Amino acid sequence: MLERYSTAASTYAHWIDYQFLLIAVLVGFWLIVAEAVMFWLIFKFRAKDGRPTQYITGEEKQYTKWITIPHVLVILCDLVIIVPAIMVWYNIKQVMPAADETVRVIAQQWAWSFQQAGPDGVMDTADDVRTVGELHVKVNSTYHFELMSRDVVHSFAIPAFRLKQDALPGRTITGWFRPNRVGTYDIQCTQMCGLGHGLMAGRIIVETPQAHAAWLMHNSSPAVAGQQAIPALPTDASSTMAEVRR
Amino acid sequence: MTTEVHHAEPGIFRKYFFSTDHKMIAMQYLFTGMAMALIGGFFAYVFRMQLGFPNQQVPGYGIVTPGRYNALVTMHGSIMIFWVAMPVLIAAFGNFLIPLMVGCDDMAFPRINRLSYQIFLLSALVLLASFLVKGGPFGGAWTAYPPLSAVGAYNLTPIGATLWLLAVALEFIAFLLGGINFTVTTMNSRAPGMKMYDIPLVVWMIVLASIIFMCSAGPLIAGAVMLLFDQTMSTGFYDPTRGGDPLLWQHLFWFFGHPEVYVVLLPAMGIVAEVVAVFARKKVFGYKTVLYTTWAVGFLSFVVWAHHQFVAGIDPRMANIFSITTLLISVPITEMVFLYIATLYGGSIHLDTPMLWALAFIAEFMIGGVTGIFLGSSGTDIYLHDTYFVIAHFHYTFVPIAIIAVYAGITFWYPKMFGRMLNETLGKIHFWGTVIPFNVIFIPLFITGTAGDQRRVYSYAQFAEQSRPALQHLRTTSTVALLVMLAFQFVFLFNFFRSVRSGTSAGANPWRSTTLEWTVPSPPPHGNFAEMPTVYRGPYEYGLPGRADDFLPQNVPD
Repeated sequence: MLERYSTAASTYAHWIDYQFLLIAVLVGFWLIVAEAVMFWLIFKFRAKDGRPTQYITGEEKQYTKWITIPHVLVILCDLVIIVPAIMVWYNIKQVMPAADETVRVIAQQWAWSFQQAGPDGVMDTADDVRTVGELHVKVNSTYHFELMSRDVVHSFAIPAFRLKQDALPGRTITGWFRPNRVGTYDIQCTQMCGLGHGLMAGRIIVETPQAHAAWLMHNSSPAVAGQQAIPALPTDASSTMAEVRR
Repeated sequence: MTTEVHHAEPGIFRKYFFSTDHKMIAMQYLFTGMAMALIGGFFAYVFRMQLGFPNQQVPGYGIVTPGRYNALVTMHGSIMIFWVAMPVLIAAFGNFLIPLMVGCDDMAFPRINRLSYQIFLLSALVLLASFLVKGGPFGGAWTAYPPLSAVGAYNLTPIGATLWLLAVALEFIAFLLGGINFTVTTMNSRAPGMKMYDIPLVVWMIVLASIIFMCSAGPLIAGAVMLLFDQTMSTGFYDPTRGGDPLLWQHLFWFFGHPEVYVVLLPAMGIVAEVVAVFARKKVFGYKTVLYTTWAVGFLSFVVWAHHQFVAGIDPRMANIFSITTLLISVPITEMVFLYIATLYGGSIHLDTPMLWALAFIAEFMIGGVTGIFLGSSGTDIYLHDTYFVIAHFHYTFVPIAIIAVYAGITFWYPKMFGRMLNETLGKIHFWGTVIPFNVIFIPLFITGTAGDQRRVYSYAQFAEQSRPALQHLRTTSTVALLVMLAFQFVFLFNFFRSVRSGTSAGANPWRSTTLEWTVPSPPPHGNFAEMPTVYRGPYEYGLPGRADDFLPQNVPD
């Protein structure tokens, strides 16, 4: 149901979409029933001359069952919803499949910057590729991300991946995704982060392994890297904080 | 309380500005709340125009810059919750109804009551003053997450942020004072014979809402003091580089913030219970069950707060617990709604304007309730969190609460407040002109949210997926519907102010209702009851078999 409105481009997008569909069918059904009963009662018991009101306290056995039965059904439906909801959550947020690649995602007012290992495959070496606003990833590879913020709370969201995670200053939050569809997708910031919040867009480019390797090679050459380089996140974030305070 | 305050007719100045009469204080709260609603509605108009017709001059405002956009959404949220829903639902209705419905002459502490309104007015003025200071009003969202809200260099509105915080703190003081009054008055000043289960539901609900508010406000006030220190004295309570933690605020805020939803919901449910009983000529189905579910809701509302923080960086295992409690709270709320629907069974339903509003509340609130399930389920919340789906969901709860139920209450008690009837035709025009556009505003927003529109973004031009024309059409539809809905509110204002002078005279009990406020003249005189009433039965004795009249007031002996 969700795919009609938003492309699904990661493995767990479908898990969330199925969960959405399950809830939509269950609550949609009960909503229609409840609204129908209500409008039927309004019509059936509209004021008519000569028809007296029935005196019902709502404590008689023959009437309370009309509350008790729906009550039990609501609890049952809640169970049917909560179990898969927790399973989806567990598999996305609580466990991490083994990583093929790792990227570092750094949020700041009001831009996204990314760091990933260069052709040597090792993070924090001279050939690392650093980019601003654009993240290039390989299709069908499991990525772990390390999410951090330089200033305020941001939120790293890729709707096509059904991915969302707040970035907190002072913490590194890890998570994962596995893109399964080549293309270019939006990265949003979904937590109010100040004046430029609405401008804080990024792109994630999902490429074939060959295209990605070529891109990595091209961008990790020292000249290009120098051009695109942005300062690494200081190990002691307090210096930026203090600078901003002045 | 002194007898002098109560029974001497005070001068104009004392009557309108320093009155201790609960009815006058109720009117002060009502009119202040209505004025703030106009301001909050105007802000919604301005930022919806920006979303519907991006980057064009908004008539009556001008170009909406990103900074102003942030300030407008922040102020719209803050004003509608703290300066409209709370003063009107709790303070205006609580002050007007509690003494009249429990059968006493005034609040237990009339001067605290007066102080409560004065502090509330001050809080509104402090908030509005933030529009005049350098940097303008705070724009960091009504949730005010630090470090954005704590550091002037981040939010660029250092004075506005502090004024916002002070205004909220003052508003809380006002409602703590009010809450004490509502609770004490209901517990101690009831008419002889009125037992606990003879108290009308709306009074119960306002009292329980006040208690929930008083229990939940403490942590947020502590949090607000720390935030104020961070802003003004450079402390580091929320600064991770100095041992603080930004998540601390989120916990304190939502520990208050989620019960707050039920603080405004319960009085609305109470109003609807009264109206449905009167116009269906039926006893409320399972009065005690309604009360028990209310208590259950009140208790559970304290253990669901972290569902606002599933993806905030809390331990992911926590989400499971809060997901379960969140779905649990749907059980008593659903049951309460079922009981209201069951009340219609066997009734004799009169579709006067107050009843239309009350039924619309039930019908619309159910949509708000079921869409909450999508967000309470942790799995789907990953995607829907902070999208327009959330906005559409909570407007489907808050508009029924703060707009629809309030109109039910105002149209129902207007004859008691002003002694005259509202015009029924204008009332129905206003009803349909509000309820239909309301759905047209928010159904498109469910879809844009499902398509990934994130909140608090002044323009989607930067986002390729979000700037599709199909989504822009939906946003424009929503904006146009808002314009229609706002235009129809002038019908209400016209009806309201014209009927004060020229409505037909109401008499003491125009709706043939059973509760005590309808036994006194309309409007009630100073001191309310000429002779203090005695109560003989519960509040909803309609359609008793074997009687000529279909209703039996609480104060009539058997």
